[in-house]
Amino acid sequence: MIKFFLMVNKQGQTRLSKYYEHVEINKRTLLETEVIKSCLSRSNEQCSFIEYKDFKLIYRQYAALFIVVGVNDTENEMAIYEFIHNFVEVLDEYFSRVVSLFNIMFNLDKVHIILDEMVLNGCIVETNRTRILAPLLILDKMSES
Amino acid sequence: MALTIVSQIFPREMIPAVLPLIEDKLQHSKEIIRRKAVLALYKFHLIAPNQVQHIHVKFRKALCDRDVGVMAASLHIYFRMIKENSSGYKDLTGSFVTILKQVVGGKLPVDFNYHSVPAPWLQIQLLRILGLLGKDDQRTSELMYDVLDESLRRAELNHNVTYAILFECVHTVYSIYPKSELLEKAAKCIGKFVLSPKINLKYLGLKALTYVIQQDPTLALQHQMTIIECLDHPDPIIKRETLELLYRITNTQNVTVIVQKMLDYLHQSKEEYIIVNLVGKIAELAEKYAPDNAWFIQTMNAVFSVGGDVIHPDIPNNFLRLLAEGFDDEAEDQQLRLYAVQSYLTLLDVENVFYPQRFLQVMSWVLGEYSYLLDKEMTEEVITKLYRLLMSDSISSETKAWLIAAVTKLTPQAHSSNIVEKLIQEFTVSLDTCMRQHAFELKHLHENMELMKSLLPVDKSCEDMMVDASLSFLDGFVAEGLSQGAAPYKPHHQRQEEKLSQEKGLNFEPYGLSFSSSGFTGRQSPAGISLGSDVSGNSADTGLKETSSLKLEGIKKLWGKEGYLPKKENKTGDETEAPVPQETTIMENVDQAVTKKDQSQVLTQTKEEKEKQLLASSLFVGLGSESSVNLLGKADTVSHKFRRKSKVKESKSEETTSGYNVTCSSFSSLPNVAYEEDYLNTLQDRGDKELKKFSLSSELLDPESLTELPLVEKLSNCSLSTPSLFADNNMEIFHPSPCTTVSFAKEISLASSLLDETAESLNSDCMEICDNETISVSSHKIYKDDCLLVVWLVTNKSSTELKSANLEIFPTENFKITEQPECCLSITEAENTKIFQYSVQMEKPFMQGNLCGFVNYQTVDTLSAQLEFSVNLSLLDFIRPLKISTEDFGKLWLTFANDVKQNVKMSDSQAALPSTLETLEQKLRLHVVDIIGNEGLLACQLLPSTPCLVHCRVYADILALWFRSSCSTLPDYLLYQCQKVIEGS
Repeated sequence: MIKFFLMVNKQGQTRLSKYYEHVEINKRTLLETEVIKSCLSRSNEQCSFIEYKDFKLIYRQYAALFIVVGVNDTENEMAIYEFIHNFVEVLDEYFSRVVSLFNIMFNLDKVHIILDEMVLNGCIVETNRTRILAPLLILDKMSES
Repeated sequence: MALTIVSQIFPREMIPAVLPLIEDKLQHSKEIIRRKAVLALYKFHLIAPNQVQHIHVKFRKALCDRDVGVMAASLHIYFRMIKENSSGYKDLTGSFVTILKQVVGGKLPVDFNYHSVPAPWLQIQLLRILGLLGKDDQRTSELMYDVLDESLRRAELNHNVTYAILFECVHTVYSIYPKSELLEKAAKCIGKFVLSPKINLKYLGLKALTYVIQQDPTLALQHQMTIIECLDHPDPIIKRETLELLYRITNTQNVTVIVQKMLDYLHQSKEEYIIVNLVGKIAELAEKYAPDNAWFIQTMNAVFSVGGDVIHPDIPNNFLRLLAEGFDDEAEDQQLRLYAVQSYLTLLDVENVFYPQRFLQVMSWVLGEYSYLLDKEMTEEVITKLYRLLMSDSISSETKAWLIAAVTKLTPQAHSSNIVEKLIQEFTVSLDTCMRQHAFELKHLHENMELMKSLLPVDKSCEDMMVDASLSFLDGFVAEGLSQGAAPYKPHHQRQEEKLSQEKGLNFEPYGLSFSSSGFTGRQSPAGISLGSDVSGNSADTGLKETSSLKLEGIKKLWGKEGYLPKKENKTGDETEAPVPQETTIMENVDQAVTKKDQSQVLTQTKEEKEKQLLASSLFVGLGSESSVNLLGKADTVSHKFRRKSKVKESKSEETTSGYNVTCSSFSSLPNVAYEEDYLNTLQDRGDKELKKFSLSSELLDPESLTELPLVEKLSNCSLSTPSLFADNNMEIFHPSPCTTVSFAKEISLASSLLDETAESLNSDCMEICDNETISVSSHKIYKDDCLLVVWLVTNKSSTELKSANLEIFPTENFKITEQPECCLSITEAENTKIFQYSVQMEKPFMQGNLCGFVNYQTVDTLSAQLEFSVNLSLLDFIRPLKISTEDFGKLWLTFANDVKQNVKMSDSQAALPSTLETLEQKLRLHVVDIIGNEGLLACQLLPSTPCLVHCRVYADILALWFRSSCSTLPDYLLYQCQKVIEGS
């Protein structure tokens, strides 16, 4: 089960965070900084899974962007690892192959919608790219007209 | 959109309002809306499972939805439900397998593919469900073998996501009921993972190995080189995972290496969580597999010093318990403790090192408890070290309390104690109140050394502190209060009732007055256990009767329920209380001595009346019953005490009777016969009870006159059997039984010479234990009230004289043997018998023991020879009835700590309690104290004075036996004997 989903830049600033389990607001920042610190400290040769306290962190780096997912013991690390990639691909498609912090920063609402389509209550619910984007495209159409 | 919101944030309270709407949406034409509806339901299921129970049918429909997305969404619900209760969904296994087959087979629309792998996450989810379903269920597992095989085969594409599927597959294969082919394939997969150069795959492989290894440790052997490599991997995460793996395969052989590796890792890591986790594991391994003491202590030292204060408090606690309770081997324990003490002392010697507080606490406890294992002089040194620690600033007050406790424990062992005095001085003015209290305690104890020694015994740490929950030490006080007119303690509810009744109308009865004082006694037993005061109330019975009739009821019940069925924790308190039961048994012994005196008095009485009795023998004929009643009247006072003894005696006399019969027939004249017939008639008139009395009186008679003997013996013979057998008895008397050997004749004379003693107490059969051509040895147990007398009869069978014959008993640890003085005949004449008497006492309870010895004898022609023999003595030989009253029983019952309970099935024939108790009384020599309804009380003592109480209760044909004794092993042995008796009869 997925506990939280973080998007962080290389400087360690959180761009997007979503929690699927209740964590107090002030504890979130503490947790985020620790998580980011441990991810940033790791090199490419090291494995992308980290055991942190009683859960596992799975991270993936895309240029300047880090995506970190916290899961509990029962989750399949590799599946999550690939899921991150899937998520990035979806973003890629939607933002026309321009994945950058810039896009994410200014379209945070859309990223949230995409993430909500894909993950619900800590479970991966949709991985089909066209289906993930379908509601978002409808929304876009509505706002255009 | 609304549905998405619903499935994200939704309060439980609103579910009933929205549920019908969402249920409608399940039938919606658009698949995306159906999917969202299912997900919303999933959310409902998460937060309030009971509110969506009725739509489980709809979940099934969703599972069979033509759209993949809807189906996938419903899987989440099923995964959760199956996790909670896998047995309820076994019928769906087929559907899941079909779905997986379709997914794996690429029947899904292309847009579900991810890097040309069909819906990988869906596969993973399905595999997980299958794993849950097939767990320990062969039939269900069989359904999925094919599809798993298929998945394993298909997922051979070289892509990350396929590895994820493979991993899940392996997981599932090892979760479900095993199939060798699949296991082989899965093992191959793991091998691929572990050997992969990609770090993530390696991690995955290790994880899979860790999981698999629990089922199949041999797999680790194949990959041991890889594992070793991983151990030295630069990535700490991989290292950790490897350690986790090693932790699972630890055994006694490899524990040292593995723990060493773990400790190495521990030294490097800084993260608190990891330390706590790892330290716990090391401690567990060390406790489980420690190869030797030194290693164990050193490992634990490392654990404590590295783990510091963050370690789980269970670890030091367990460690200390292990030290205190020890293993089976006492010597081993001592060694372990000694080693611990020594290692701590060396650790404390090192200057300027700061140990974690927890470690110091452990040290101080161990030093306090086990420093006595060192030399005496060392104690001083230990105290000095502890004192130095106490003075340092870096120590928390909690640790200081531990330290001062250790010093307190050590003080009684130390010779001089300047340091202790100094310490007391310093800490009695301490600002910390806790420390001050400890210091004052130490001070007062220090002033009273004796008390201190008794309070802080050496090596008593693991003995349970016993708390006298019944507050019986207050009994005296309560009784006093009661006799002064105070009301007995009433339980709260009773008081409440009384209060209610008082409120209804004015109560003029006297207890209304004393009611106020009931609070006073109530305060004495604040725990609400009225037991103690109730017991005392029993003794102060008369006082209670005055109070009210209501209370009387309570008293009667008390014995049956409260006092008699005391709570388990009702253990006696201090050791100082232990002498109490002993005293009572001493009293008991005195009692018995008195009865013995009575006995001898009666004996002399009968001697005086000997002539009268001779006369009476003629009177017997005419007066019959009357005179005998007179005669028996005197014996009556003692008779009930003798009853049981005489019964056992009967068995003996029965044996000898046949021998006597020989003489009897020669002696007896016709008038004698007439006597007997009359006698028998009178006997027939009387009941069983009187028969026993007769036999008793006959015993009293028999030492006196040999001429009386035949008659008496016939009497006892008669008394043995029931009236209906009398006719046969008659016959027997006149037709002597054939077994008339020489030895028997000897034994008759022998027996008669012995009768003086045996009349007092009962004895066992004569048993020939060994013989050769010249002598034969037979043994004879005489159950005296205060000891077991073993009599050896050494008979010279040869026609020549034996110059000397000595009997020696090998000393055994179980018995205390004392020779009786009157058995030193130096010359044994031809065909004569020599008697050796030994009184035997048990040193400690046991089931059976052998008493071995030999006879050394010298014949006339100075030939010295030896004959060895042995006698079996059982516990029962040392059991004597303990005659106590029901009240005493109750008191004693409470004072004993060791109890044993057991249910014994009785055969139908003896289902009645009294008869069962009688059997026990006869066979085991227990004393029946009382029978109350379906409960019976028995008491006995193991010589010299270990009392044991038995409580039995009958339910249907089950007899519940409950033993209590001051000795821990006695109840077990007695229970065994009781079982034998009850089941055997």
